[in-house]
Amino acid sequence: MPEYTLRIRRFDPDSGQAAHWDEHTVEMAETQSVLDAILKIRNEVDGSIGIRCSCQQAICGSCGVRMNGKPGLACNTHLHEAALRGHGTGWNPPEAGQRTHLIDVEPMGNMPVIRDLIVDMDAVHWKKVQRVTPWLLAKEPVPEREYIVPHENMVDVTQTMACIQCGSCVSDCLAMEVDPLFIGPAALSKAYRFVGDPRDAQHFERLKDLAEDPHGIYDCTHCFNCIDACPKGVDPMSQIMRLRRKAGSDHDIEDRNNGYRHEHAFVNNIKRNGILHESDLLADSYGGKFNPNAGRELVSGLPTAMRGLARGKMTVKKLLLHEHKASGEIKRVFDTVEGRSERVELNLYVTGYEDEPEEASAEHREPPAETSVPQSESESENA
Amino acid sequence: MLIIGAGLAGQRAALAAAQAGATVAIISKVHPVRSHSVAAAGGINAALNPEDSWESHAFDTVKGSDYLGDQDAIEVMCREAPDEILWLEHAGVTFHRNERGNLGTRAFGGASAARTYYVADITGHAILHVLYEQLMKHSTTVDRYEEWFTTDLLQDDNGRCVGAICRNLRDGHTEVFNAKATILASGGAGQAYKPTTNGLIVTGDGIAQALRIGAHLMDMEMIQYHPTTLVGNGLLITEGARGEGAQLFNANGERFMEKYAPNKLELASRDVVSRAEQTEINEGRGFPDGGIALDITKVPRRRTLEALREIVNIGRDFAGVDITREPIHIRPGQHYIMGGVKTDVDGQTTVANLYAAGEVACVSVHGGNRLGANSLLDTLIFGRRSGEHAAARALQMPMPSTPAARVSDTEREIAGIIGRDGNGRRVAALKDELGETMNQYCAVFRDAEGLAKAHEVVRRLKEEAPNAGIDDKGSVFNQDVIAAIELGYMLDVAEAIVIGAEERKESRGAQSRTDFPERNDEDWLKHINISLDGDGEPKVSYSPVTITRWQPEERKY
Repeated sequence: MPEYTLRIRRFDPDSGQAAHWDEHTVEMAETQSVLDAILKIRNEVDGSIGIRCSCQQAICGSCGVRMNGKPGLACNTHLHEAALRGHGTGWNPPEAGQRTHLIDVEPMGNMPVIRDLIVDMDAVHWKKVQRVTPWLLAKEPVPEREYIVPHENMVDVTQTMACIQCGSCVSDCLAMEVDPLFIGPAALSKAYRFVGDPRDAQHFERLKDLAEDPHGIYDCTHCFNCIDACPKGVDPMSQIMRLRRKAGSDHDIEDRNNGYRHEHAFVNNIKRNGILHESDLLADSYGGKFNPNAGRELVSGLPTAMRGLARGKMTVKKLLLHEHKASGEIKRVFDTVEGRSERVELNLYVTGYEDEPEEASAEHREPPAETSVPQSESESENA
Repeated sequence: MLIIGAGLAGQRAALAAAQAGATVAIISKVHPVRSHSVAAAGGINAALNPEDSWESHAFDTVKGSDYLGDQDAIEVMCREAPDEILWLEHAGVTFHRNERGNLGTRAFGGASAARTYYVADITGHAILHVLYEQLMKHSTTVDRYEEWFTTDLLQDDNGRCVGAICRNLRDGHTEVFNAKATILASGGAGQAYKPTTNGLIVTGDGIAQALRIGAHLMDMEMIQYHPTTLVGNGLLITEGARGEGAQLFNANGERFMEKYAPNKLELASRDVVSRAEQTEINEGRGFPDGGIALDITKVPRRRTLEALREIVNIGRDFAGVDITREPIHIRPGQHYIMGGVKTDVDGQTTVANLYAAGEVACVSVHGGNRLGANSLLDTLIFGRRSGEHAAARALQMPMPSTPAARVSDTEREIAGIIGRDGNGRRVAALKDELGETMNQYCAVFRDAEGLAKAHEVVRRLKEEAPNAGIDDKGSVFNQDVIAAIELGYMLDVAEAIVIGAEERKESRGAQSRTDFPERNDEDWLKHINISLDGDGEPKVSYSPVTITRWQPEERKY
């Protein structure tokens, strides 16, 4: 069995000492999990290593940590996989000759550390969840029996319901690193769970609230870190984008943060120019060149423009006379997308696998009420 | 009111009690959404379809229990089930819908109709998170104490329960929670077994705490082995897989359930399927790894990906198997304890003002064997009923006073554990020995000889445990000291399990004695109760099984 060396970040406020690394070497199969290794060390060598853990099957959400820089659940991350991330190189595979048995295990980011691998989720994560009014505001009147809801809607919100509140996405959120008040990927996914639920009565109010909040849905910078970090396929960033589309396109919410106008300005800019015309974008985002707000923004954006010029990232010509025009191909893309009668919501959670004939699944969706004998029984008899 | 444990039973009790006007504190050693209810996968039973009836649900449950379940309690549970499902639906649970947009069902073991309501294969998770949404909504009426560990239940001079002593894991300080009524909702004891499908936090705390202050335990010998747990590490593969059409095969490729349960096949009761599998394995028809094949490829792939997503992930991450393409190897594994703290249908234990609900309790609705998807129902129905009943009583009571000296007793005890010299075996080593022993001798099949060995090991470990070494001397999140206390709980529970199994000299439900292979209604159609005598030693007594309308008959699937 291969050997792995775990360097575990230790911190105990009682001790009066600064945080430090502890190193332990274990001999374990490469498909054992990082949590298996930590528990082995804790059980056999050092019982004082602090880590929250319970189910060991990626459902309770307790054991979120960073392993070689990347957040995730210690219980479903194989040692091999964690080590391959390379030492301190985040996402990158190791270079030739680099030692691959070393795994740094640290507490998650963006949240204060309480002890060792245990972070204060209440202070950050749960506070943000509480911010999005995380309960159903049910449509009145409440029916005598169940609400009638399309099958697809329930499957759709099941993606966000699948969130186990582990904090991995919060740990890696770049926008939150810059703006600690950003509501963030986990809490906004929770918000989508209600906005996407046909039983909720306050979709507009929720969306308006999240769009108008300067730390709300338009604070996300599309870095994809949360999608990569999520161990459950919740795709938090996709949920944030869906909140934006619902806010902007379905409810025509034009927020005071200019998020909505910026998004439209961006799309129109590309439609016109093919590649981005930066100076137009800024102006258009604030209502056009002659809008007083735009003027203010243009002035405040000057230092950035000057830096761009000084470093050669931008030329005066490019800034003022954007010569590139959208190609026919780009126009065709826009025509196709805008020509659709309905917006296509890509929910990979449900539609990511397309190799089963449609009829088979529809037929199987509902077991007959009168019998509990498995339906596929006859298949096996034929086989 | 104080509620200990914040899984489904505890949270449901808290919401019901607050609704009834009581002042409620809910306390949990983990954040509520980490509670092990989160791992319940397949669904929740209710006769909600107009074609179905609660009587049918109740009969299936009685038969599933091998006639050891109390039929008055089963009637209560099955009658109230449909309204509970609707309450959950209205609170926001994202239950699966059929093509018409109504609640849809799936088939489950031991049931004569498809009456299991579900959310993919994350039903427990979905319900638990929705209840927590409701707790956040009602944060002004329910105080939450998250990551507080209960060390002892408190009693006044008349033996009434008056609250508990708890340790704040964050900083290690101890506090008294004074309460007119206390509801135990702290779950089962799966960690007394190794392997188990239960999380590391499921250590029998409440069962042992109640026993120690004089409560009676009941049906403790009834330990459910789930038919489909992963060969390697004991992780659960939901019964929903078989509900959707997955089949079991031995190493010869035979669908052996045809032999053991010709009508229900894979969807017979769990005890029946687990015994069948174990028999196949014992008689040499298992695979070399000691398992049986569960073939989920019988389920259309798209359906598996939509409705059994979690076990697709478990197969991939923990067994390296794509369950949509090939069979996965499973075996029976410890999953649930039907027994627990004896209660009535309102959750009242034999100790005044102490209630219990959920897996910690034994009402008894599961008797000798619990049907799949009846556990979530049990937690919610009896959680709610306990909350309502306790609130009504609490509103008419004066606040009891607490023996203040108890705090310093507890603090001294914990300091004693932390201050151990560390010469004894490690807590983890003792726990492993306990778990492996229980899994060897007190499992699917049992006999007097094996149980005697198990009993001996448990007694020895009980003597050894007070000297088990501790590494962590700190006060902030000292999980080491908690593990030492939990070991004590597990040993108490394990002893009660073994005593019950030794006592019951027949085979019924999950208790399958190879030395007494038949069910014996004449002598053993009764509950075995365990309590502590004046010297703190376990003693056995009996209580009758309540039979209302279903007379015991031979059990066939």
